[in-house]
Amino acid sequence: MALLQHPWPWYVAGPLIGLFVPALLILDNKSLGISSNLRHLCAALAPRVSFFRYEWKEAGLWNLIFLAGVVLGGFIGGNLLAAPAVAISTATHADLARLGIHDFAGLAPRELFTWSSLLSVRGLVLLVAGGFCVGFGTAYAGGCTSGHGIAGLANLERPSLVAVLGFFAGGLVATFILLPRIL
Amino acid sequence: MTTTLAAPTRAVRYGPRDLALYFLLGVLFGVVLTKSEAVSWFRIQEMFRFQSFHMYGILASAVVVAGVAIALIKRYHVTTLRGEPIAITPKTMGRGVRYWAGGSLFGIGWAFTGACPGPLFALVGSGVTVIVVPVVAALAGTYAYGWLRPRLPH
Repeated sequence: MALLQHPWPWYVAGPLIGLFVPALLILDNKSLGISSNLRHLCAALAPRVSFFRYEWKEAGLWNLIFLAGVVLGGFIGGNLLAAPAVAISTATHADLARLGIHDFAGLAPRELFTWSSLLSVRGLVLLVAGGFCVGFGTAYAGGCTSGHGIAGLANLERPSLVAVLGFFAGGLVATFILLPRIL
Repeated sequence: MTTTLAAPTRAVRYGPRDLALYFLLGVLFGVVLTKSEAVSWFRIQEMFRFQSFHMYGILASAVVVAGVAIALIKRYHVTTLRGEPIAITPKTMGRGVRYWAGGSLFGIGWAFTGACPGPLFALVGSGVTVIVVPVVAALAGTYAYGWLRPRLPH
């Protein structure tokens, strides 16, 4: 139990994540891809646009159930097996402190990721605009870190490589140009 | 030898046991994402600042393990548990606009929220309840894409 409570190193977590690709394929030809669920949820809730008019239960019920499991997994990993503060590098700690972040407890900084931060411009930008970009971007690109970054790259697909380069281009612009102006 | 059988109707495909299995796999996925801190805004900042190998190690080792597994599946014509051939439909490149434009937009959202779609849901479960807001915003974003799709270059 004590061992489980430590954060898992990359060489444990990465291979475990990689194994989901063959496991889902062998189970029933399913492709690992979390962002498809955003489309399935839109299809289930508001199928008013042709992009969302399809049999979402046939295409994605398995994936939505998987996603429900991810929520419970987050509860288990974040509570029952909770680790102390994330041990980020001293360089990152210093950079973030310079941006005005001082509470390094938890998985996300409490100064930014609490309900009351929705009353501030920076909170709205990070939570609402950020979330919107995640949903719009993954739907446009046809995948996220799991579908393109892991399953697509593992299958040596060039579109996924372009998408991953895009992820990093956007992430670097946000980190080095946008965040210093927002925080 | 291939035997031609009537294609099973899709409805038959999800028995309660299948769904329980997908749920269990999802739980495991969520635990790994959380325990490896891939759901942490701090870790994502560290990644985009190139100040630690942690996230790169996770992504690279996941790709290598999945890649070797896919190569073996193709090499030995591994079938699914139902005995069907494993087929991965490759994505079409087209003009490629959707991949770099959509990818970059997602990258901005990843840095802002500190989470990609899987971690967003895992974070809600872990107790960072305000992440419900980016989840709803992500649904709105996906919906907006579906609406604008005929007018966007792909």
